[in-house]
Amino acid sequence: MGKVKQMITINSERCKGCGLCTEVCPKKIVRIGQQRNSKGYYSAECVDNSKCISCTMCGVICPDCAIRVERSN
Amino acid sequence: MSKVLMKGNEALAEAAMRAGCKCFFGYPITPQTEISAYLAKHMAKRGGVFLQAESEIAAINMTLGAAASGVRAMTSSSSPGISLKSEGISYIAASDLPCVIVNVERGGPGLGGIQPAQSDYNQAVKAPGHGDFHMLVFAPSSVQETVDMTYLAFDMADKYRMPAMILSDGLMGQMMEPVEFPDREVNPVEKPWACSGHKNKREHNIINSLYLKPDILEDSVRSRYKRYEQVENELPDAESYLCEDADIVVTGFGAAARIAETAVNNAREKGIRAGLFRPKTLYPFPKKELNEAVGNAKAILDVEMNMGQMIDDIKLYTECRLPVYFYGRTGGNIPSAEEILHEIEVCSMKGEKAECR
Amino acid sequence: MQVVFDRPKALCDVPLHYCPGCTHGIIHRITAEVIDELGIEGDTVGICPVGCAVTAYDYFGCDMIEAPHGRAPAVATGVKRANPDLTVFTYQGDGDLAAIGTCETVHAAARGENITVIFVNNTIYGMTGGQMAPTTIPGQVTQTTPYGRKPEMNGFPVRMCEMLATLDGTALAQRVAVDSVPHIKEAKAAIKKAFENQINKRGFSIVEILSTCPTNWGMTPSEAMERLRSEMIPYYPLGVYRDTDVWNGQ
Repeated sequence: MGKVKQMITINSERCKGCGLCTEVCPKKIVRIGQQRNSKGYYSAECVDNSKCISCTMCGVICPDCAIRVERSN
Repeated sequence: MSKVLMKGNEALAEAAMRAGCKCFFGYPITPQTEISAYLAKHMAKRGGVFLQAESEIAAINMTLGAAASGVRAMTSSSSPGISLKSEGISYIAASDLPCVIVNVERGGPGLGGIQPAQSDYNQAVKAPGHGDFHMLVFAPSSVQETVDMTYLAFDMADKYRMPAMILSDGLMGQMMEPVEFPDREVNPVEKPWACSGHKNKREHNIINSLYLKPDILEDSVRSRYKRYEQVENELPDAESYLCEDADIVVTGFGAAARIAETAVNNAREKGIRAGLFRPKTLYPFPKKELNEAVGNAKAILDVEMNMGQMIDDIKLYTECRLPVYFYGRTGGNIPSAEEILHEIEVCSMKGEKAECR
Repeated sequence: MQVVFDRPKALCDVPLHYCPGCTHGIIHRITAEVIDELGIEGDTVGICPVGCAVTAYDYFGCDMIEAPHGRAPAVATGVKRANPDLTVFTYQGDGDLAAIGTCETVHAAARGENITVIFVNNTIYGMTGGQMAPTTIPGQVTQTTPYGRKPEMNGFPVRMCEMLATLDGTALAQRVAVDSVPHIKEAKAAIKKAFENQINKRGFSIVEILSTCPTNWGMTPSEAMERLRSEMIPYYPLGVYRDTDVWNGQ
């Protein structure tokens, strides 16, 4: 049995760092990171996937289709 | 099939349907009226689409949409309406879409009048819209030729993926003549580029005219001009009448050429060696045919129903080797055979002494 | 692990060129989700506007045609009349649809043209750098209303849904927003209805989507969402302005 049952994956190359996902996350586990991607954007990152409830809100608000949400069956 | 007596506009409309035109989008304007009226009556019954648009602009863009989806489509108008269509014509050419546009010309500029004119030659041939592009331009001189050229326009538009114009005028459109519609199979051309749904069987097609990178835009224009070279080699067509020994060659297209032919015959009866050169395609212009026709001439008399538009091409393509005189009527007036005969007589007296003007 | 949220198939797997926080990307995605859910990508043709979404042809997986500025409803009419079995949608901004293309929009609606119109209203011309749009709100500062839009000088904005709802050919005129997750879900439901209306031949359907333009509004994406809520929604109330079957009544 794995630790992470629900998680998001952020495609940091597609992310433009707009920050909308950080505001809608009910668990406050998404933030803008310190790393720039190849386009120069500070992309969002998930700080603690173990708290993810796979509500998909971050993905729904993301204007760049940069977030995938998964959950174990 | 036997001959029937028909108005030019109605014959054009009938020919379009027989040529496989599936969609017609129009907007009322004189003197193209009968084209829309005829198609409104017959198109739906024969499985086609007739739609009266809210404007010329909408009509040309509906034509763009239908053409982009792969069907044969046509719109028709008269001079002021063609100006409104020029935006769409440029996009159609830039998107490499085939369609047929009919201009039943009337006097201009502005609202002008509703009587026949040929004052849209430059618009059709030189600048049908913004940007570097051409449109095929056919200039019929009889009702039969209107029919034949309508078939041809659809075929050539498909072949070269270009818009094609039938440059008619109020005289050609309104007059009645016996006409025969060739029995002909319409061979549908494969259009793998068309936007008609990819059915999950191919990549999506994109019909577009936007290229933000200059090199890519330049390449797309250059490749289109390569195609124009092929058009200019394959398509020019003209009629030369009594030109072999002619001292004076009259040049003219469409309705003006028709009247000029009578004047040439009358000049011959008076002992003046006159001939007639009539381009049938205005783009591509029959340059070689023109030079052959004036090979033995001492002067050219260009006759048009405008203030002198095709004359520039006559001078250009003959490299001003001969004096080129002009006789034109405009504003909806039609030159008479007598007026043209008088001009031929004057020219024959001036002959080669005159300067090219 | 089971994927519960990802890019829809009808949205091509390429980066979107829109500015950070621009809501075009959200609207593209929910439109593509609807196309996937209805299983119609192979029988759909989209018409692009002129404006920020001009290159939407690179993003949607269905066949795409780029129209002259404002003419998308006329181009869509041509495609649809020639191919009644295709699903045809236009994707247009406020300048394209409500200024230069007003005539094409109004008459496509009046004809009951069986097409779907996705209308993105962000109260500004984005692509050309932030000029006054037909939907710019009184007082709003733009490049061409540097002191704020003054109705006595620049006239009033156009409320397209309210106007189109007066036409007999309009099956659906609904205004939605994409400023929050619940609103995005409502917007998607409206778009789905607009596509279903077309499949069921109910007439002309338009979904107006209140959207943001952080770059030309001079705001952060978050501030832009707040402006949408506090300024746009009061001026352009959300709701269904007309919902009927044009041809069979309801």
